[in-house]
Amino acid sequence: MQPIIEVENLVKCYRKADRNAVDGISFEVMPGELFALLGPNGAGKTTTISILTTTLSATSGRVKIAGFDLDRESGAVRQTVGIIFQNPSLDMNLTAEENIRFHAILYGLYPFRPAFGMMPKSYKDHVHSLASILGLDEDIFKPVRTFSGGMKRKLEIIRSLMHRPKVLFLDEPTAGLDPQSRIALWQYLQQVRQESKTTICLTTHYLEEAEQADRVCIINRGKVVSYGTPDQVKANLIDEYLLIDADDRNRLSAELKNLGLKFSDVPPFKVGLNGQSTHQILKSIATPLTVVQTHLPTLEDAYLAIMGQEDHE
Amino acid sequence: MNNLNAIAALAYRDLLKFLRDRSRLVSTFIFPFIFIVAMGGSLQYNLGRSVGYDYLTFIFTGVFAQTLFQSATLGIISIIDDRENDFSQEIFVSPISRYAIVIGKIAGESLVAMAQGVVIIILGMIIGVPISLVQVALLTLVGVAICLFAGSFGLIIVSNMKNRRAADQIFNFVMLPQFFLAGVFSPIKVLPFYLEIPSRISPMRYAVDLTRGFFYGGHAEYPSVVLSEPGVNVLVMGIGFGVMLVAGTFLFVRNEMNR
Repeated sequence: MQPIIEVENLVKCYRKADRNAVDGISFEVMPGELFALLGPNGAGKTTTISILTTTLSATSGRVKIAGFDLDRESGAVRQTVGIIFQNPSLDMNLTAEENIRFHAILYGLYPFRPAFGMMPKSYKDHVHSLASILGLDEDIFKPVRTFSGGMKRKLEIIRSLMHRPKVLFLDEPTAGLDPQSRIALWQYLQQVRQESKTTICLTTHYLEEAEQADRVCIINRGKVVSYGTPDQVKANLIDEYLLIDADDRNRLSAELKNLGLKFSDVPPFKVGLNGQSTHQILKSIATPLTVVQTHLPTLEDAYLAIMGQEDHE
Repeated sequence: MNNLNAIAALAYRDLLKFLRDRSRLVSTFIFPFIFIVAMGGSLQYNLGRSVGYDYLTFIFTGVFAQTLFQSATLGIISIIDDRENDFSQEIFVSPISRYAIVIGKIAGESLVAMAQGVVIIILGMIIGVPISLVQVALLTLVGVAICLFAGSFGLIIVSNMKNRRAADQIFNFVMLPQFFLAGVFSPIKVLPFYLEIPSRISPMRYAVDLTRGFFYGGHAEYPSVVLSEPGVNVLVMGIGFGVMLVAGTFLFVRNEMNR
């Protein structure tokens, strides 16, 4: 299968900047994937997304989206992608419906008409169904200014899906939302993925969100520092381990030595699993244990470990 | 075809925004009213006899051109606001031509300016400026030309501007001096060289003079009011529009993408 996004050696140096904001990153996204771009503030996430959505020109590198070259076929790329920006890009003076209509006309879905009543029936039906998804109904004819943050975000997502993009970019879509709105938004995104097989490429600070991704790319200071499935990223960085302790620590440590297991010197002992199952290890220990804890690394552990290493360099 | 629809949608959005902004609605009509009624009236009564033509009509035509020019120029500069509240990104990622974006904006601000022009014509009629139906038609025609010219002028300015703060200075440094250099309220038939040069550089001069050229055509006052033949003004404005539109769009798009 062809990747739907191919990024090769992308570099961006802002004018008057002394270092590259994006410094030679490469990655691929397969059709239908949920792809997460992860990294601290200033890592180059938004810069990358801006380049991929044609609003910023790259210094060098090659990008292909759905087979279209970003430089030479930017028009086709624009028709193929949808984007939710970090800050809401709605016109606050217009109603929700007017914002949607504006988008639909810019993407050539419908001809221009000055009022909702004059639009084709298919459009009206579409808007009504969108309104019910949003739980807005008649509020869809109210100015966006009156909407809550979560509502605006959802409206933006609905708007960006109007032209059925193959790839949806989301730049920190849940930043600034309360936990409830965040969960609701994710449910809706998952539903979109299932229904229309849209490829989703998002940037986020929230590691539990990235945990749901098919593939993760962690960038720092414009460079890729880790790339793969969440499991691969975790596996590359931290080992799973078992935390055990006993009243008779000397006996336990002697026994662990005899078994040839690697473990930390200071109790409670951290025993690396190295591919063995927890059960196997526990079975082989005769010393009565007082503490048994298994530790499965989260993406957050991996992320913090990576960033820790980076800071030491 | 899609670009035409997009231009219509962009233009309509500007008109809607104008009609929904009550304070802007009121303020755009108050200035022409003060200029024409208060200023025109007082000058007519005190200086009118010595200039040898109707001063109220002179100021009416000047303010008509100035209002349209200013409204279209500052309207285009409001692109800055779209950039600051991130709406411009929605337009820039859409698959329409970059020229369609610029032309849609100019068309929209022209519609807004023309709405103001209509009100000024009605105001003029009410306070007794002698206007024939032919002159109304001519003013409308000239009005469209002024809006397009001023729109491209606004584009050149905004394409070189970074933020709202810079935009706020535009009125003081670019618009206000032109009120006097373009002869909106005062005759500039004879000027010392240090005013003649900046006057000929100011775009508003050609807009004002074209308006008077059409308005006074065939009237006795024509030679004492009009500076150059309408043909000359049309030529200057036409070339200016073409050059500023192409250069402005190029610079605007480049500055937007090459940050």
